[in-house]
Amino acid sequence: MTTDTVDTSKRRTLTLATSAVAAVGAGFVAVPFVASWAPSERAKTAGAPVEVDISKLDEGRLLTVEWRGKPVWIVKRSNKTLEDLKTLDDSLRDAASDKEQQPDYAKNASRSRKPEILVLVGICTHLGCSPTFRPDLAAADLGADWKGGFFCPCHGSKFDMAGRVYSGVPAPTNLEVPPHYYLSDNVILVGEDGSAA
Amino acid sequence: MNKLLNWVDDRFPLMSMWNDHMGKYYAPKNFNFWYFFGSLALLVLVIQIVSGIFLTMHYKPDGALAFASVEYIMRDVPYGWLIRYMHSTGASAFFIVVYLHMFRGLMYGSYKQPRELIWLFGMLIYLALMAEAFMGYLLPWGQMSFWGAQVIISLFGAIPWVGDALTLWIRGDYVISDATLNRFFALHVIALPFVLVGLIVAHLLALHEVGSNNPDGVEIKKNKDENGIPKDGIPFHPYYSVKDIVGVIVFLMFFVAVMFFAPEMGGYFIEHANFVPADPLKTPEHIAPVWYFTPFYAILRAVPDKLMGVIAMFGSIAVLFVLPWIDRCKVKSIRYRATIFKVNLAAFVVSFLVLGYLGMLPTTPGRTLVAQIGSIVYFGFFVVLWYTSKNEKTKPVPERVTK
Repeated sequence: MTTDTVDTSKRRTLTLATSAVAAVGAGFVAVPFVASWAPSERAKTAGAPVEVDISKLDEGRLLTVEWRGKPVWIVKRSNKTLEDLKTLDDSLRDAASDKEQQPDYAKNASRSRKPEILVLVGICTHLGCSPTFRPDLAAADLGADWKGGFFCPCHGSKFDMAGRVYSGVPAPTNLEVPPHYYLSDNVILVGEDGSAA
Repeated sequence: MNKLLNWVDDRFPLMSMWNDHMGKYYAPKNFNFWYFFGSLALLVLVIQIVSGIFLTMHYKPDGALAFASVEYIMRDVPYGWLIRYMHSTGASAFFIVVYLHMFRGLMYGSYKQPRELIWLFGMLIYLALMAEAFMGYLLPWGQMSFWGAQVIISLFGAIPWVGDALTLWIRGDYVISDATLNRFFALHVIALPFVLVGLIVAHLLALHEVGSNNPDGVEIKKNKDENGIPKDGIPFHPYYSVKDIVGVIVFLMFFVAVMFFAPEMGGYFIEHANFVPADPLKTPEHIAPVWYFTPFYAILRAVPDKLMGVIAMFGSIAVLFVLPWIDRCKVKSIRYRATIFKVNLAAFVVSFLVLGYLGMLPTTPGRTLVAQIGSIVYFGFFVVLWYTSKNEKTKPVPERVTK
């Protein structure tokens, strides 16, 4: 049986099937290349969250841990300090923490999950110096109405005991609150928001 | 000589390629000043590739070594300073030439039917060029390299849901680091140059297929003589190859003047902060992209919302892609178009320049307001164009090119 016209439908089906299989193969081949851009094991280890035990942290003291190459401060504040925070609103640039310098769960009066425990990245938002902890009230060099906080020796930026920036200093925004959550009452994991954020 | 040519021609389409693109490529005889910039862009590409190849011979793409290796090139490598300044000046020159080239296209309607694909290839070249420049700027590993990249990569973080994962994937680390530098180096010296050259070939092939537009916007192929040669066309070689050499010489005079006497251009071509090594713990006081990105950066900052700002910024580039379909006027050249188009285009250029200026400065409430007005004018160009171009009152277009 002969015919002048060629039936190309089988050919087309085969071509389509071959192309589909090739496309799937190409997709699989792309996986290692795309995946190779993800952080390497070395980078992941260096950037892993840090577990901090705060059971031995006394009131009014500051504990420094390192997370992703940055200093992270943990401060246990007294009730007096927390009361003082409320009196400062008028002299602060962003008293209500409107700028996104903290996770949502730290956007409150004390800028923390637990009111007394403050967790901050200890890097000045101006030029990245690390400010010093100055809890001493009415310190001679910081004025009679100093309620304790952080002072950056590089360019004189001042922050209160919640890491909020005073107005009239070079730093533009409040100190950053890193993602963190409580593994238990006295153990903080710095670097993750946790599921119950 | 002829025998050798014939020998080659029997094995490779040398003469036919030469004729298609040079010897018998008929271009309109009325090209003016604005037609220099295409060939100049090609010249700058060659400068960048040659100087770039030689820079890679001394540069080290390593977070610990990169900055010092650039200083080594500047101080110890014989003529290293010249090669590096050639490359950095070439980057800015590339954008100057490309912006003028694009403006020529806007003026004379070179993006219109049947040249839409030339425009699309051109826009893709522009995108690839921006990526190339951005990644190249990270390589000196100075403060502005680092923090500029930090800001730009963070833009992708504004994308809902996948944003954070995407920025992590681009950086390959939680901060800009050696991993980021190394991959940007690979893209900058291998991947993107290949893409660029491929797109430029496509751009030129498409151009030579339909033929060049001209300041009158007249299709010269509609008027051919008995030999099938456009009456208003002249062979690209020798007429325009020689004309372009004049442009090349004038251009190189400016180029070397900058390269020798003001390679940093007062901080516009190489920002001052980039002479300080990258420091992840210390942000420079004022972060601004290099001048050729500042119009888009100004649009980004003009929008108070982060995601909307990013959308506006990318939108300001994306909208250029559909320009051939936004402009519905049949008349190509600005010479025969209505006053509204001239005013509209002028406003667009002014807004682009104003935004570019604002993008270099720190923000103040007043400047933000001006940037917002500038952004509205920028996007307004396309809106006004869409509404006015359909029934534009144009002047009669001549049958043949003028003068």
